Amino acid sequence: MIRKSLALAVLATVVTTAAAEARDQIRIVGSSTVFPFTTRVAEEFGRTTSFKTPVIESTGTGGGFKLFCDGVGIDTADITNASRAIKKSEVETCAKNGVTEITEIKIGYDGIVLANSKAAPRLSVTLEQLFLALAKDVPDGKGGFIPNPHKMWSEIDPSLPAKKIEVLGPPPTSGTRDAFNELAMEGGCNKIPAMAELKKTDEKKHKAICQGVREDGVFVEAGENDVLIIRKLEANKDAYGIFGYSFLDQNRDKIQSSLINGVEDDYDNISSGKYPISRSLFIYVKKAHVGVIPGMKEFIAEYTADKAWVPDGYLAAKGLIALPDAERAKWREQAMTLANNVGM
Amino acid sequence: MIQLDVTLYPQEIDPAGKRDPQAISTADYQKLIRDALDDLFPDVTDRRERRELMALLSPGATDLLRAKVMADPSLIGQRVIIDVPFSDDLDQLAKGRIDAESETATRRVTDKQIEWFQRLEQRGLVRQAFNTTLFTAGDSRSPELAGIWGSLVGTFWTMLITMAIAFPLAIGAAIYLEEFAPKNRWTAMIEVNINNLAAVPSIVFGLLGLAVFLNFFGLPRSAPLVGGLVLALMTLPIIIIASRAALKAVPPSIREAALGVGASQVQTVFHHVVPLAMPGMLTGAILGMAHALGETAPLLMIGMVAFIVDIPGGPLDPATVMPVQIYLWADAPERAFVERSSAAIVILLGFLILMNLIAVMLRKRFERKW
Repeated sequence: MIRKSLALAVLATVVTTAAAEARDQIRIVGSSTVFPFTTRVAEEFGRTTSFKTPVIESTGTGGGFKLFCDGVGIDTADITNASRAIKKSEVETCAKNGVTEITEIKIGYDGIVLANSKAAPRLSVTLEQLFLALAKDVPDGKGGFIPNPHKMWSEIDPSLPAKKIEVLGPPPTSGTRDAFNELAMEGGCNKIPAMAELKKTDEKKHKAICQGVREDGVFVEAGENDVLIIRKLEANKDAYGIFGYSFLDQNRDKIQSSLINGVEDDYDNISSGKYPISRSLFIYVKKAHVGVIPGMKEFIAEYTADKAWVPDGYLAAKGLIALPDAERAKWREQAMTLANNVGM
Repeated sequence: MIQLDVTLYPQEIDPAGKRDPQAISTADYQKLIRDALDDLFPDVTDRRERRELMALLSPGATDLLRAKVMADPSLIGQRVIIDVPFSDDLDQLAKGRIDAESETATRRVTDKQIEWFQRLEQRGLVRQAFNTTLFTAGDSRSPELAGIWGSLVGTFWTMLITMAIAFPLAIGAAIYLEEFAPKNRWTAMIEVNINNLAAVPSIVFGLLGLAVFLNFFGLPRSAPLVGGLVLALMTLPIIIIASRAALKAVPPSIREAALGVGASQVQTVFHHVVPLAMPGMLTGAILGMAHALGETAPLLMIGMVAFIVDIPGGPLDPATVMPVQIYLWADAPERAFVERSSAAIVILLGFLILMNLIAVMLRKRFERKW
């Protein structure tokens, strides 16, 4: 009993001292895709200014918004990383908890690549073919749907290699998978006339078919670790992997990316939007914390500084695809004025 | 590492000549480093090429120079030779992990950079050194500047809290349950619960920590204090079970003999049974701690899976622990992090072996056979 009350007393003192202590360090949560870039900025920021280096957690985009929208005050996050724009429901949660002023800053693009080992020939597919290879159910041409019968790439189109379809990709919890489903799968799906038709009549079913990924062992969920997928691609030259551009950029000597719709996923094509599977990356800033937590303004300035996010800045060296000049100027402007640009 | 001959021009560092530490620390060391590189390669003038040339060096080069000057301001005005790490891509090239013969587009170093590197090598300015940064620095986005010291200190604080809470509580609970508690339905239920808790997946303890310590008590996120509390809860049942087994193993004849010569129940337990069971209890505790040392899952929930550069100074500062550091490095796209994570794994394994070794030695040394 004595021990217990002692432990409680210790805990109580700790709680009060912790609460009384003001935070002098920026706290950032959110997407693991944006994590490498934000950490790079944070490190530079900590090194070149007198402020402490921010603490950055990799929680995933959804988890990041949850923490970010938890309320206002020093025990909540100041900035969240996101590999997609904030959803309406998340804005509402934020508003309900008193987080009403949020500044959105688009920092650049990320491409999602389909790649295989260099030992095998390079693949060139269209989104439609990719959908037919990976969808759970495909239209049977008579208005109905059948479970995906394709086992070989060549069964989809004779121009593709006569090899077993085998694709390693991220699990459904990953933001990369969300983006892949939305951009690649649905994009390819809509190319099929019957599916485009279905979208008008039964949107729910359309979404289920278009974003359903097959579960018969052809698509292998390889975990969140993209380094692991690359290792597996090296070992198995018939397999293809789905992951973010920065991993391709670091491993071009071992793997090659496939052409999607005939477009190569190089820097320029992703930046200009020609490459079909690319998404925008954002950071969201809690305006109420600017001026309360030291260094917020300076951190945002560092993030949007010319040495960081321009095409030959230090973030590009880490694999970030920079915004075009005009757009960058616009976002820089919004960032510096801390525009309240997330619609309620 | 590259040996760089840097001239510390006084007009650049300290134009006022007052040797004011503030002025010295904010000087443009980047420019001094660039000048030194220009001296080595006077033929590089193009803006783009100069940028490539600067990319040979680690972004930490300027800090090294600053630290050197700050430590000894009398160097200003002299030529100093400092060892500056190469950037991670060049490091991989030097180690042969990037093939200089391969196509230009497939590697992260340009033809020019390879040529410069070879020229530096011919002049004997390149040398390989033991990576002490790995042991002295906190985390970094640049592999050549990343170290495990931050996570090691974080591990230390976390383990300290875990031990301070789990060990006395677990030993106390074990002694009470084994020696003093009446055998009724109430204690039977507690026993079942303890055994069940030992089998609960560790992430569940993380969720508990999030709900209780962070949301209810309002403790700071990412703090070793919370990590220690969560890990203490996780190791408690393990230590309790091991300690009870150790107490049970003390033969009844010892208890009876003590009681026979007139010792009270408390005296019997604390003078005779506990000392004999101590080696077993310690072994259990050390194994429990080793288990906690390798955990990442419960820490995910309480924000200890984070990028933290500053070395934690106490149990309330944000910190991370070694297995988390390995997890983060293994996930990083930069190729050179593979080596860093391997090194960190070896170090963590070393610690685990050491702890298990201590447990084995304690048992060997104090074990009594009846």
